[in-house]
Order: sequence, then structure tokens, then C-alpha cells
Amino acid sequence: MLIVLGLMTIGIIAGFAVRNFGKIVRAVEPLINAAIFILLFLLGVSVGANKTIINNLDTLGTQAILLAFGAVFGSIVVAFFTYKFFFKPKE
Amino acid sequence: MKSSLLIVGFFVLGIIVSLFQWLPQILIDADLSIYALYVLMFLVGIGIGADKKAWDILRNARLKIFLVPLTVIVGTAIGVAVVSVFLKNITLREALAIGAGYGYYSLSSIFIGEISGEAMGVVALISNISREILTLLLAPLIARYFGKLAPIAAGGATSMDTTLPVIAKTVGKEFAIIAVFSGIVLTILVPVFVTMILEF
Repeated sequence: MLIVLGLMTIGIIAGFAVRNFGKIVRAVEPLINAAIFILLFLLGVSVGANKTIINNLDTLGTQAILLAFGAVFGSIVVAFFTYKFFFKPKE
Repeated sequence: MKSSLLIVGFFVLGIIVSLFQWLPQILIDADLSIYALYVLMFLVGIGIGADKKAWDILRNARLKIFLVPLTVIVGTAIGVAVVSVFLKNITLREALAIGAGYGYYSLSSIFIGEISGEAMGVVALISNISREILTLLLAPLIARYFGKLAPIAAGGATSMDTTLPVIAKTVGKEFAIIAVFSGIVLTILVPVFVTMILEF
């Protein structure tokens, strides 16, 4: 997976180099979408072939939602203090 | 584009095609996903590198503003770590990786599915979609009780695009720019953090 991060870094440098070529830049977005569609489709394919996942979808879904609540709640509690100490306008 | 029903549509289509075994076995065996992921990440990099507006915002940012994505990183890690204690089958490491999707569900589910297996990929997908939905629904309530940074923090990586309209409406223009900044930083960090958490 480090290869992936390396490729992203090379991409960032390449993107920065071509940032003034509108034609290239505009072509990237639909290509990204296509790649995401293919990958999510393939993830779906492996999920569909995996009986354990299909049979436990309700458990997995519940766990996922609980994690989301944890992530949001943790974030807003810390944000409360960040706001209070660093961003709130002084009276 | 982080969010669209189309993305979920392709995922569901994949499941259906696979359940009814409409796909030739050779395509499944070839495991094209890793190559598609290579292409995707190169393209995502180009997208970031070529984003002039993003560079301008990052260049002109005051130091203090970095506290906002940091808040999301710390808050999310604590939140999912606490929840993971109560979840069987999900390790602390996996929970932290799922949290580090920061709502960027397409990319995080692909990464986590590739490294930790499809089950965790599904959890990452549902969890990060839920984060976005929670933010869209609760932004005004969150702002009222936890202050103006809180909806931005709730949105995570999505605060730069999909949840930005709701956030901007709730916290006002001057904080909307902070939302864009925080979202950009977190979007770049998603693949980095997810990989680091799962592989080290």
C-alpha cells in the first residue's frame, strides 16, 4: 500500500506541474469518478460472493453506525473546547 | 466528488451481479481492484496538485486554523476508540482506520476493503456515509450546543464539498472558509492515515 501513497505523491507533483493546462485538469475529474465506480463495483462483487458478510450485514451495519456516532461525538466535543479556547471572539 | 448515490449504486450493483453469479469467474480471479486503485490514487494526486484554489487556501492559512483538522483527527480517534471497546470483531486498529475515513467513504472503503478484507470495507462504507448523513441532519443542533467549529468537525473531510452548504448556512461565511480548509487537509490525509494505521 506504500506504492499507493507513492503514486499519490507523484500525482500531486504532476498535477501541480500541469495546473495551468485546463484541458488536462478537466479530464481528471471524470476519470477519478470512473475509477471510483469500478472500485466500488468490485468491492460489491467481492461482498456479494462472501456469504459471511451478506448474512451478517445487519450486525456490520449497526457497528458501522455506532462507529459513526463515536466519530461525530468525539469530534464535536473536542471542537467545543477548540472553539472555546482559540476561536471564540473575546468579550 | 466524494458523495453521490451513484457510488452506492455501483456498490449495490456489484453485490447483485455477484449474488446471481452473472460475472465470469476469470474477472473475479484476476483481481483488478489493486490496479484500479493505483490508477485512482495517481489521479487523485493530480486532482489535488492541480487544485489552485486549494493551494491558495493552504498557503494563506494562519497557523491557528490547523487546529481544526487536528481537532477532527483527535476527536474522531477518541470517539471510535471508545466505541470499539463495545464492538466484537472490530479491533481498535480497524476502528481507528474506519474513523480515519473522516466521511470520505468512497476512498476509505476501497482502501480498508483492500487491506483488511471486504467485511471491514463494508463497515467503513456504511460508517462514513453515516457520518456525512449525521452532519447533514444535525449541523444546526450541533452548532447550537457545541459551538461554530463543531459542525465543521462533524463533517470531517466532507466539510469542503458535500456538507459545506449546510455548514455554511449554520455557522456563517467566515467559518465556511475554515470548513473548506479543514476538509482539504483531511481529504489529503485520508489515504495516508488509513494506510499508516493498518500497516504499521
